[in-house]
Amino acid sequence: MKTFKLGGVHPPENKLSAQAAIEKIAIPKQVSVPIGQHLGAPATAVVKKGDEVKVGQLLAKATGFISANIHSPVSGKVFKIDNVYDSSGYRKPSIIIKVEGDEWVDTIDRSPEIDGNIKLSAKEITDKINEMGVVGLGGATFPSFVKLMVPEGKKVDFLVINGVECEPYLTSDHRVMLERGEEMLIGVSILMKGLKTNKALIGVENNKPDAIEDLRKLAQKFKGIEIHPLKVQYPQGGEKQLIQALTGREVPSGKLPLEVGCVVNNVGTALAVYEAVQKNKPLFERVVTVTGKSVKKPSNFLTRIGTPVKELIEAAQGLPDDTGKIINGGPMMGKALISTDIPVVKGTSGILIMPEKESKRNDTSNCIRCAKCVQVCPMGLEPVLLSKTSKLEMFEKVENERVMDCIECGSCSYTCPANIPLLDYIRYGKNKVGQILRERSKK
Amino acid sequence: MSLLTISASPHVHGDNSTKKIMWGVVYAMIPALLVSVYYFGLDALRVVFIAVAASVFFEWLIQKYLIKGANTIMDGSAIITGILLAFNVPSNLPWWIIILGALVAIGMGKMSYGGLGKNPFNPALVGRVFMLISFPVQMTSWPKAQPIIDGITDAVTGPTALGIMKEGLDAGKTVSELMPEIPSNMQLLIGNMGGSMGEVSAIAIILGGLYMCWKKIITWEIPISILLTVFVFSKIFCFIDPEHYVSPIFHLLTGGMLLGAIFMATDMVSSPMTRYGQLVYGVGIGLLTIIIRVWGAYPEGMSFAILIMNSTVPLLNNSFKPTRFGKEVKHG
Repeated sequence: MKTFKLGGVHPPENKLSAQAAIEKIAIPKQVSVPIGQHLGAPATAVVKKGDEVKVGQLLAKATGFISANIHSPVSGKVFKIDNVYDSSGYRKPSIIIKVEGDEWVDTIDRSPEIDGNIKLSAKEITDKINEMGVVGLGGATFPSFVKLMVPEGKKVDFLVINGVECEPYLTSDHRVMLERGEEMLIGVSILMKGLKTNKALIGVENNKPDAIEDLRKLAQKFKGIEIHPLKVQYPQGGEKQLIQALTGREVPSGKLPLEVGCVVNNVGTALAVYEAVQKNKPLFERVVTVTGKSVKKPSNFLTRIGTPVKELIEAAQGLPDDTGKIINGGPMMGKALISTDIPVVKGTSGILIMPEKESKRNDTSNCIRCAKCVQVCPMGLEPVLLSKTSKLEMFEKVENERVMDCIECGSCSYTCPANIPLLDYIRYGKNKVGQILRERSKK
Repeated sequence: MSLLTISASPHVHGDNSTKKIMWGVVYAMIPALLVSVYYFGLDALRVVFIAVAASVFFEWLIQKYLIKGANTIMDGSAIITGILLAFNVPSNLPWWIIILGALVAIGMGKMSYGGLGKNPFNPALVGRVFMLISFPVQMTSWPKAQPIIDGITDAVTGPTALGIMKEGLDAGKTVSELMPEIPSNMQLLIGNMGGSMGEVSAIAIILGGLYMCWKKIITWEIPISILLTVFVFSKIFCFIDPEHYVSPIFHLLTGGMLLGAIFMATDMVSSPMTRYGQLVYGVGIGLLTIIIRVWGAYPEGMSFAILIMNSTVPLLNNSFKPTRFGKEVKHG
């Protein structure tokens, strides 16, 4: 079975919500929509307090090249524009809307028919994806249209579609592949047209045999789309790891996938692309997994952006009594939330509720130089060395040991027998080296 | 509801722990321990008990009164040092030498650097070499192996196979003249010979090594590179002059070769971290062992070879990097 070459770990999969079909969740009374939910510059609000808005109406306009439009997920009245805590733990400017009814802008095609006829040209596809505010839904939230703008002289050999979902617990991509497979594959074809490539490789971890089988059947109707089962191994869904597993190509250090003729998109993004291009529907809702060992009803919800996390938890039959930690995303790379008022954003793939007894870290002890972290690092780095030199603030050494290659997958901390928080120190070093590099490039 | 815990990812941890690794090594030593009890009787148990108790006691004492840190004896590493120390000595060693050896192993070899994980040298070998140099007579009078089932008889002492060979060759005899005095390969394999307690049975040690590989406590690189180097290097001499250089199989099955290659050189604290570093380290140990055995003053060179190569580990870690992902070094 295909997989990446270096390192990797296999945490317990715990896909508790894998059999839970996608459910629409009730629209909350109030939503807060952050204007910076994507990688790049925050958008600029184009509505003001008191404005009436409809579902799908533009709320904030992309500012600068790497940015994304933000559309209203609900209909109602703009209550205020204020700073609200988001998953980063900081207060960020957000548009708060009091919900009235559910009235959609009439440009959105709400018919249930699946439309497989791609009429737009490559250029129009890129513009449409940009206009509809589509960003990468795998978690990095990189504006999708940018990936379609292939520079002169570069050729895309493969569109790589990430259906791996290597994070334990999360199942939103799995459900999208199972329930919206055909639309997702049309989305893939649209991206292929936009990228002027005739080959797409969809990688799915082998713990989702139902999705692999379904997609294989569906893909027969499409040209140039291949489904590849991959070994269950974390971080199989890392961009560089996935490209290596599927094509054998190795993205050079510090370069983008385009360097080896690949562009990577998530299956959720492909679905959003379908809706944007064929249905004229902006990205204002997404599938979010709500899960955890003590959660009564682990679920996958189709959720409007801006819905507070607590509404999702209520819909999964409430916050368990033994809750110790709430994570936005999966257990390996997700962020711990400071409250349940934080809104769902475009990059929220799941809400994981951890019991108290699994929420605290174990006590650390001396490094025994077992080199487990070196063995599991998927980038071939030496986490023990990076963490030690970061701690000692030897940033030149940290840079030379290729800290910027670190993908922050957490395999090192996960595996360390002495419970040393290796990634915490490495992040610190990476941050500092990033600053140094930016200053150097200014000179 | 109480406050939510906030911490950086990852939010889960594997089931790896220092304690688990160390106890895994202890379990891996059980076959060799049983064989030594079988051949050397209750004396073997006595030595192991004293060595382990003393090692654990000294670690506790130093940790509590000198380092003033949390109690670390439960991590199992002092027990490993104790057992390895016992494995490296004859079963009739006086109790006070064992205790002194444990004090040097734990005190000088490990705690003086700050405890587990900080020592550059394998503590048990530091203890062993100290005893060998300080008490050469007691350390080299090995009781002959006498299976327990044969009943208790008066202990007979004699040299090890390596010792017979070394002295004989130095006295001008040839290998073929000496071979009748050496136990057969089969005897060497199961451990029916005089020698340090834990070193005698090749099969028991290999069994322990396989267990550690299966549990992913050690990797194949270090043991295999040592044994392969020893084989090739001694084969060359044996091929040229078989009357003065003994066969590679003899080298592999005698003395501390297997115990060293599988249990001592693989000590994670004092061995290199990357694959290529480990291979170079193993080749170094193999070469040095044969050099010492063939041309040195001691019949056995394993301990010295490992300690010498221990000292090169920081250099090896610095020189041999893991295979990086993405060949080009450029930051965008």
